Amino acid sequence: MGYRSAKLIKHNLTVLSAWIFALLFFFPIFWMVLTSFKTELQAISVPPLFIFEPTLENFTLVQERSDYMSYALNSIITSFGATILALIIAIPSAYSMAFFPGRFTKDILLWMLSTKMLPAVGVLMPIYIMADAAGLLDSRTVLVIIFAFMNLPIIMWLLFSYFKEIPKEILEAGRMDGCNTWDELKHIVLPLSWGGITSAGLLSIVLAWNEAFWSINLTAADAGTLTALVASYSSPEGLFWAKLSAVSTLACAPIIVFGWFTQKQLVQGLTFGAVK
Amino acid sequence: MKKITGLIGASAIALSVAGVANAGELTIATVNNGHMIEMQKLTGHFEKANPDIKVKWVTLEEGTLRQRVTTDIATKGGQFDVMTIGMYEAPIWGKKGWLHELNFGNDYDVNDILPAMRGGLSADGKLYAAPFYGESSMIMYRKDLTDKAGMSMPDNPTWGHVADVAKAIHNPDNGVYGICLRGKPGWGDNAAFITTMANSFGARWFDENWKPQLTSPEWNHAVSFYVDLLTKYGPPGSTGNSFNEILALFNEGKCGMWIDATIAASFVSDPKQSKVANDVAYAQAPVAVTKRGANWLWAWALAVPQGTKQSEDALKFVEWATSKEYIELVGKTNGWGSVPTGTRASTYANPKFQAAANFADAEMKAIESADPSNSTQEPTPYTGVQFAAIPEFQAIGIAAGQQFTAALAGDKSVTKALYDAQVAADREMRKAGYY
Repeated sequence: MGYRSAKLIKHNLTVLSAWIFALLFFFPIFWMVLTSFKTELQAISVPPLFIFEPTLENFTLVQERSDYMSYALNSIITSFGATILALIIAIPSAYSMAFFPGRFTKDILLWMLSTKMLPAVGVLMPIYIMADAAGLLDSRTVLVIIFAFMNLPIIMWLLFSYFKEIPKEILEAGRMDGCNTWDELKHIVLPLSWGGITSAGLLSIVLAWNEAFWSINLTAADAGTLTALVASYSSPEGLFWAKLSAVSTLACAPIIVFGWFTQKQLVQGLTFGAVK
Repeated sequence: MKKITGLIGASAIALSVAGVANAGELTIATVNNGHMIEMQKLTGHFEKANPDIKVKWVTLEEGTLRQRVTTDIATKGGQFDVMTIGMYEAPIWGKKGWLHELNFGNDYDVNDILPAMRGGLSADGKLYAAPFYGESSMIMYRKDLTDKAGMSMPDNPTWGHVADVAKAIHNPDNGVYGICLRGKPGWGDNAAFITTMANSFGARWFDENWKPQLTSPEWNHAVSFYVDLLTKYGPPGSTGNSFNEILALFNEGKCGMWIDATIAASFVSDPKQSKVANDVAYAQAPVAVTKRGANWLWAWALAVPQGTKQSEDALKFVEWATSKEYIELVGKTNGWGSVPTGTRASTYANPKFQAAANFADAEMKAIESADPSNSTQEPTPYTGVQFAAIPEFQAIGIAAGQQFTAALAGDKSVTKALYDAQVAADREMRKAGYY
C-alpha cells in the first residue's frame, strides 16, 4: 500500500467518523421533530415508525393550551438581559485581571469557576427566600440576575483568555499617547476583542436559554421561560410524548436558528486557545 | 461608546420588565393530567360568573410540582393561591397549619363526596383539600386472551389465580406478556403498588410502636411473589416501567393483564389511544390473605395554602372546580366519558355517566372498598393504603422502592433487599425521633 492510498484511507476514515458522531448527536433532535408530527399512538408504537401520515394536531393543541409567545418573550428577555448584565460586569473585571494581575488573581479566577461545581439545588432555599423578601419571585428580573451570575464565571474566563492575547505593548503605546484606563478599554481593548466578546455573549445566551432549574423553581404564572413550558407537558398519568415533542420543537427552534446563524462566532469562542 | 450605552440601556430595560401578580388574579399550580387540562379550558365559565377574578395556571410535572409547592408553602412564598396536592400531603400539611380549612356552603353538598376521599384529605376531622378526581387500583385485562385460554377473572381473585392466568396468556413469541406491573423505583411508583400487594399478604410498614416491619415473613412472601411473577411473565425491562410506560405497552397490545390506577381504564378503553380498546375488561384487585389494603386510594385535590393573600377568591375557585355543577358542565361540554371521577357519589348514580363509561362500576367498587384508616391486617399507627401519611414516608418509600427494583433486577436477593430497606427505614424513623 502506497503512502498516498494510506493517506486517502485515513482521510476517509476521519470523514466517516465525523459523520457518525454528527448523526449520533443529531438523531435525538431528528427524532423529537419526527415525533412531534405523530399521533400519541404512533409515538409509542413498537417498532418505532419512520413512515407515517404526519399531523399538525400536536402543534395546534400546544397553541390552544399555552401562550407560546409569552414564554418565548420571557426566554428572549431573560437570556439577552442576563448576557448584557454579565458582560457589563465581566468586561471591566477581565480587563483588570488580564492587564493588572494581582497576587490573588489566579485564585479569584479559580474560585469563580468553583462556584459552578456547587449543585444549584443546594442554594435553592436561600435564593428562594431572598427573592421572596425582595418581591422578585415570578419576575423576569430575578431570572436575569440569576442567569447573569450563573454564566459570569464562564464569560469571565473566556474574556480573560481573549484579553491576555492582546499585546501589552499596544496598551503601553496608547498610554504614551495619553490614554487613561477608560480610553484604553474603549479604544484599544474592546475593538481588538470584539469577536471574543461576541462569542462569549452568544454562549451565555445559549446557556441562559436552555436553563431549566431556576426557571421552573422561581417562576409561576408570569415569568416562566420556554424550558418551564416544556416541563409542563410531562404527565404522571397519560400519554404525552407527541405533545411534548411538539412543544420541545417549538422551544428549540429559535435557539437552533440563532445558533445556525452565529455558528462561526460560537465555534471561534469555544475553540479559542484550544491549540495553544 | 454608543455600543456601551446601548448595552446599559438594554440591560436596564430587561431588568425593569418584571411580572407582578395583581389583586383579583388567582395563580393555580397543577399537574399535567387530562382532567386538569380540561379544567383549564373551562375556567372561562368561572371567570364569567366571577368577573373580578382572573385565573392563571402553572402546570408542572408531578415531581417538580411537589418540590415547587413544598418550597413555596414551607417558606410561605405565597406564589400560589390554589395548589393541586395529593392524598399524602393533604393531612400532613393540614396538621402543620400550612393549609386553610375548607368550609363550603350547603349547596356544595360535602356529604356527596365519597367518604374514603373525605377521610383521606382530612386531619383531625377538618377537610383541608377538596378532591378533584380520585382513583383506586384494579385489574385491567384482555378478555379476548383469557377467553381464548379458557380462563376467567373474578373480582378479588387470589394472587395464585392471577399467576395462573398470567401463565396461560403469556405469549412472548407474539409480543404478549402475561402481566405488566410497576417496577420503576419510587414511593409513588413501585412502592405504591407493592404496598397494596404486601397489605393483602398481611404485611404492614410499621407496628404500633412505629418500628419498621420490612423484614417480616409477610413482606418477604409478598415481594418474592412479585419478583417471581414479573420475572416469569412480565415484559423485559420491567425495572424501568411505571404507569406511563405500561400504559403505552398495554395500548399497544403487549400486556395481557395490568394492575394499576383505575384512571387507566379511561385511556385503555379509548379507541383513539388504544389498539385493544374493545377487548379490555376489569376486575377488583387480587388478594392473598386479606382484602384490606389490597387496592390503593389516591386523589388529586385542590387546597388553599396559608400563604395566599386571596384566600376568599381561592376558596370560591376550589368550590367551583370540585362541585357537582362542574362535573355536570364537563359532561355537557366534553361528554360524560370525560368527567373527573372518583370524588362524588352523584357522579356514579348518574345514568348518563353509567352509559358512557363501561368501567364506572368497577372503579366505584374499588374506591368504595379502599379504607385508608384500616388498610392492614395487623393494627398500625398510621393512615394511608399505599403509603403511611407521615412526613418521613417519602424518604422511606424511595429507599424501599430502590431495594424492590434491585431485587427485581436480580442484583440482590429479596431477603437482602428487604433487610437493606429495613435498615434505611429504621435510620429515618430514629432520626425523626419516633423511638
